[in-house]
Amino acid sequence: MPEPESRNTATIGKAVKINGQIFTKEDLYVDGDVEGTIESHDNKVTIGPNGRVQAGIRAREVVILGQVQGNVEASDKVDIRKDAKLVGDITTSRISIEDGALFKGSIDIKKAEPKPAAAPAPAVAAPRPAEPIPVPAASTASTAGAAGKR
Amino acid sequence: MLPEKLRSIFRRESESASSGASRPAGGGSPLRRPSKKEVTVARQSRGLEQFFFNVRDIVGLSILDLAGASQENINFLTNLGHKVYSQDIIRSLDEAFGPDPAEQTNVGRIEYFLRTNFDYPPGTFDGALLWDSLQFMGPALLNATVERLHELMQPKSYLLAFFSSSDRAAEAPSHIFRIVDNKTMLITERDIRPTGQVFNNRNLEKVFAKFESVKFFLTRESLREVIVRR
Repeated sequence: MPEPESRNTATIGKAVKINGQIFTKEDLYVDGDVEGTIESHDNKVTIGPNGRVQAGIRAREVVILGQVQGNVEASDKVDIRKDAKLVGDITTSRISIEDGALFKGSIDIKKAEPKPAAAPAPAVAAPRPAEPIPVPAASTASTAGAAGKR
Repeated sequence: MLPEKLRSIFRRESESASSGASRPAGGGSPLRRPSKKEVTVARQSRGLEQFFFNVRDIVGLSILDLAGASQENINFLTNLGHKVYSQDIIRSLDEAFGPDPAEQTNVGRIEYFLRTNFDYPPGTFDGALLWDSLQFMGPALLNATVERLHELMQPKSYLLAFFSSSDRAAEAPSHIFRIVDNKTMLITERDIRPTGQVFNNRNLEKVFAKFESVKFFLTRESLREVIVRR
């Protein structure tokens, strides 16, 4: 039976029942009953084999081994294991479903938008000999200022 | 005192009698039984090819897949850019009606089945992969399901369904279908179950009478592939 993976994981044990909203800034392992909502935006939420959740779940990653009734939204991945049961709609970037899992609902894959790559640093050009192009003084100052900001 | 073994036989018989397990309309085996084959076969499908040909070059469609959630089908459909609506309709049939095909005439249960499996706004789907699920429905349930599908599908959209091509078979294997590519699928036999009725081309045209067109592909493995245009 999977156990919470690290010390930085909050755990709802199998003898616990919660009605309401859960918001956490660390990983969460639910092996009890939850009704309401579960949010852990940058972290992982795991519904253990004894977990029975009637709640919408929003997290970075959601792993389901128990029963969930509600919509699941994961910015990274949803992982539905064998013998898990999920009734609800999934929105995620990636999904994994093992044979034997029961799923009823829709799957919408939203590819994570690539983070804008850092603008490449302008190549430092070898100093060229100044070209004797006659330009107005104001314009020259403006150009030099913009280059300096980079 | 009856020996325990004998008593258990009587108990089983009386249980099946009380549950109303009867022979289906076709007069075949009353209940489903496990498959003897546990092999998975890769198979080309003209129906599947036609289905994906019809939705080619379009992304963002809503596709209903009644085969139950599988990694292969989800990957294939979402990689084409579609949204997948997934459910295991054979399992839902068992949950709603139990093992007895006679229960499929119960109006209340039919309504419950439709409510729990096809509760979507009209015009939700741009395509439907029904696989072989319809052939295990009795006439009343089948007509109600097809009627509901007609409501749920967009005009000009397509559905794909498979039926046993044997006109006399009272039972047929149900399968798990996994998409390999746009014309190949993996088929695994799940179990053998009574067919709801006999399906020949004429019957199928009647079943889908409200739809715009019905196209048949006969295949080698006693399977009739049907592409229906809404």
